[in-house]
Amino acid sequence: MMTILFDGIAYGMLLFLLGCGLSVTLGLMNLINLAHGSFAMGGGYLAVIAVNRWGVPFFVSLPLIFVATAALGALLDRTLYVHVYEKSHFDQVMFSIGLVFMSVALVSYFAGHEQVFVDLPASLRERFDLFGMQIGAYRLLIILVCGAMAVALHMMLKKTRFGSQLRASVDDRRVAEGLGIRVRLIFVVAFAIGSGLAGLGGALGAEILGLDPSFPLKYMVYFLIVVAVGGTGTITGPFVASLLLGVADVAGKYYVPAAGAFIIYVVMLLTLVLRPQGLFARAR
Amino acid sequence: MTSEAWTAAESGAAADRRTQDQVERTLSSLGAWRTSETIFWCALPAIWFFLPDWNPLLNQIAIIGLFVLSLDLIMGYSGIISLGHAAFFGFGAYVAGLLTKYGIPDPLLGLLITAVAAALLGFISSFFVLRGSDLTRIMVTISVALILGEIANRMVWLTGGADGLNGIAPSPILGMFEFDLFGKVGAAYSLIVLFVLFLLARKLMGSPFGWTLRALKMNPVRAGAIGIPVNARLVTIYTIAAAYAGVAGALLAQTTQFVSLDVLGFQRSADAMLMLVIGGAGTLYGALVGAAVFMVFQDQLAGITPVFWEFWVGLLLVAFVLVGSDRIGRLPQIIGGWTASRIRRLRKAAGKTGKTGKTGLSR
Repeated sequence: MMTILFDGIAYGMLLFLLGCGLSVTLGLMNLINLAHGSFAMGGGYLAVIAVNRWGVPFFVSLPLIFVATAALGALLDRTLYVHVYEKSHFDQVMFSIGLVFMSVALVSYFAGHEQVFVDLPASLRERFDLFGMQIGAYRLLIILVCGAMAVALHMMLKKTRFGSQLRASVDDRRVAEGLGIRVRLIFVVAFAIGSGLAGLGGALGAEILGLDPSFPLKYMVYFLIVVAVGGTGTITGPFVASLLLGVADVAGKYYVPAAGAFIIYVVMLLTLVLRPQGLFARAR
Repeated sequence: MTSEAWTAAESGAAADRRTQDQVERTLSSLGAWRTSETIFWCALPAIWFFLPDWNPLLNQIAIIGLFVLSLDLIMGYSGIISLGHAAFFGFGAYVAGLLTKYGIPDPLLGLLITAVAAALLGFISSFFVLRGSDLTRIMVTISVALILGEIANRMVWLTGGADGLNGIAPSPILGMFEFDLFGKVGAAYSLIVLFVLFLLARKLMGSPFGWTLRALKMNPVRAGAIGIPVNARLVTIYTIAAAYAGVAGALLAQTTQFVSLDVLGFQRSADAMLMLVIGGAGTLYGALVGAAVFMVFQDQLAGITPVFWEFWVGLLLVAFVLVGSDRIGRLPQIIGGWTASRIRRLRKAAGKTGKTGKTGLSR
């Protein structure tokens, strides 16, 4: 029971790390980016290459992957996404699905269709007992990293100059520009951080989530749930939403395996119908 | 009432009548049947008759064309972004397949029942779709398709699960035309159903109902303000589109006599969206042309590079958005205009060459 809770929390934390970037781009920049999962997949495959092939230690590879996927995000933002910010949602959906298809095809062409694994260091394979809970060191690491990231993000958004500039740009873009805030730059940085976090999540979660070329499509719905249920524009909303989703999914698959992902979808549908703005969104 | 007021009121009424006449004339001229349409609808039977080897592909094109047409009704005309339209297609396929297998083998009756069932599903889910923003709509449509997919996957005793639904054997159409191995009857059947439903959709979109849909797509708030019942319209068109998609799925089940899980898949919804964009949204014919182009290319290319087929699809989507789908749609005209101006310039230059001796190609 407690173990399920623990696994669920670890899973939820991962979903948060993967989805919070989407919550920023979607909620703050009003960009429907369905290709967010592609960045996560990119991070995962980078981890496979770096750790398995080049022998980079797992812990060293994580920050490197964050930087790499963030740079990729910034690059794509400046070259491709910049053209679709002002377009309709319909165009954005098509554009980002196109990117998903391309990334899926590229990865399966170069890396094959099979699921791949990151060679984890032996220290992460251990399990130990804590207050009667079976705790895997790997999941504990996930919880620690993701928790630290969540706190850092929250502080960044609330306490730093960048955070207040970002919130100002979101609340009223034109006024923010008038005050001399360089909105475009802020958005690029935010997009890059979001992509970097997704990449980090992909690398960290490859073991739990399973990494294969269909990753972006398979988890797209989960990211969207995190954003849609958690509401946009805050860190706490998606955080709570992903924890709920993680625990519900793990518990559902454990107790009612026959129902599969069915429960999650129905809960999401109901949430969307009853609270279209998300569970924790501020009323506007 | 004074005589001046009388004449003013009278001329006002006359003006109203004039405007009304004008609107009616405009609408009926917009809805007039064109020669190019006749050619289009003559070409399909011609292909069926003269190229019998293509019949299975033609059948697929007719079915997918109908499916994309139904997507055009909600996305192209009414502005509802749907990423889960395959829900109705797959639902229709399973309903028709199960009907045929367990008791009602008559194809036309099966088609009718499927249409009603899919319409019912569309009617119920339309209320979810009405809520919220574009994002919520995307999520709701996806999740309806996912839920159905999960049900079909889990209820193995009914749907066959991942192995697919086998043993569908429809009786001859009208008791006369039996489905053959080469898809000759199947293709004709699908084409005729497509033609009838297309005419219906064309009539509907040319009617005031269709024009109110276009209006509310452009600006729902304003459409509501001038008295269009926005929500009722959306529910109606969503229900109709669901029935259309259901019929398309039913045609697939009846003519191929097999239903697999991928009829409900995300890929199918996304492909339909791409086809709609290739052909041009909000034109009805765009749906059919897009489906035909896509299916022919898939037929030819997927055999050569199966892995990279997805890549090209993605690249095409990205290119369409970046270049602008309206500009690609107008490509023939742009090329035509460019060539015409080029020829004019060449002629002019040629005229000058005679006098000044300059080369014709220099600008």
